[in-house]
Amino acid sequence: MNLPATRQDQNYLFDTQSISAWGLLRLREQLENGLPLAPRPYLTLAERTGLTEQQVMQAVSQWQQQGLIKRLGLVVKHRTLGYRANAMAVWNVPDDRVSELGKALAASPVVTLCYQRPRRLPDWPYNLFCMIHGIDRNRVQSQLQKLVHEHRLEDIPHAVLFSNKAYLQRGGRYVSDR
Amino acid sequence: MRLDMADRQLIDRYQRDLPVSERPYEDMARELGLTEAEVIERLSTLQEQQVLSRVGPVFEHSQAGASLLAAVAAPDEQMDLVAARINRAPGVNHNYAREHTYNLWFVMTAPNDDILEERLDELEHQLKLPMLRLPMVEGYHIDLGFDIDWEALP
Repeated sequence: MNLPATRQDQNYLFDTQSISAWGLLRLREQLENGLPLAPRPYLTLAERTGLTEQQVMQAVSQWQQQGLIKRLGLVVKHRTLGYRANAMAVWNVPDDRVSELGKALAASPVVTLCYQRPRRLPDWPYNLFCMIHGIDRNRVQSQLQKLVHEHRLEDIPHAVLFSNKAYLQRGGRYVSDR
Repeated sequence: MRLDMADRQLIDRYQRDLPVSERPYEDMARELGLTEAEVIERLSTLQEQQVLSRVGPVFEHSQAGASLLAAVAAPDEQMDLVAARINRAPGVNHNYAREHTYNLWFVMTAPNDDILEERLDELEHQLKLPMLRLPMVEGYHIDLGFDIDWEALP
C-alpha cells in the first residue's frame, strides 16, 4: 500500500477539509498499534498512510476533540509494576438506582473503571461493575469495605472476582485484526 | 518492578496529554529535563519490559466500533487450553482468569456489531461452552489512566 514518495511533497493536492477516508482508516489502524518511538512519530505515520504529517496531527487532534480518542499517552501494564490484586466487584443494583450509584462509585479514587452491563439470569444477576487495581488483596478488601460503608451498599448483593492470571492484555483492535 | 525517578515522572506526567507536535518526545524531554533521545530510549525500554503496553491513543469504544465483555466457565484442568483458544480468536484484546464459576473473562472488539456477534458465535461453537455476553450499557468512568502509588509498590 506504499504510495509514491512524491505524494508526500504534493501537499497542494490536499486541502484540510478533504483528507482521504482511506488514509484516515489506515491511520486508525496504525494508531491501534501505538505511536512509533522515533523523533517524528507523526511523520512516520504519514509515510505509512499516504497522509502528510500535518494531516496526521490534525486528524489526531480532531479525534481527541470529538472524543474518539479518549486519551493519548502512556498505556501502563499495571500488573508488571506490581498491581497484582485486580478485583472486579459486581453488584445487583435496582435498575432505578444503577446510574446514581455508578456515578457515585466512579468518583472514588480507588475505582479505576465503573460501568453498567446487563444481567444474564439465572447465571449472572449483577448489573454494576467496578474495577479496583490493587497492590495486595487485603488492601483491596478494605477499600471495598469502605466503599460499601460509605455508599450504604450493605443490603445490595455483590461478588468480588479477583483475577489470578492475565492471558492477554493489549489495546482494542477495532479496524485492524492484528 | 522498581523504576527510577525519571521513568516514574515520565509515567506520572504522560499517561494522558501526550503532545501532538512535530517533535513530541522533544517537548516531553524539555519538560522533564531529559534529552529527546533519552525519552525515546526510556519509552522503548519500558515497552520491552512490559511496563507499557504502548504509547498512543485509547479509543472511546462506543465511537471506535463494537466491543463486548464475555465470560465462560472452563473446566479447571482446561483453563490454559481454553484461554489459548480465546486468545487466538480475532479481536480479543484482554483475557483474564478470575476466581468464579465463570473463570475466563475476555474483551472482544470488532468494526461493528454484526461482525462481533459472528466472531462470538464462532468462538462459542469452538469452545463448546456457554458464553455470558455483557455489552456495556453505560460507562461511568472508563480507562483514563490512574495515579500510581509508587511508594506502596513491592
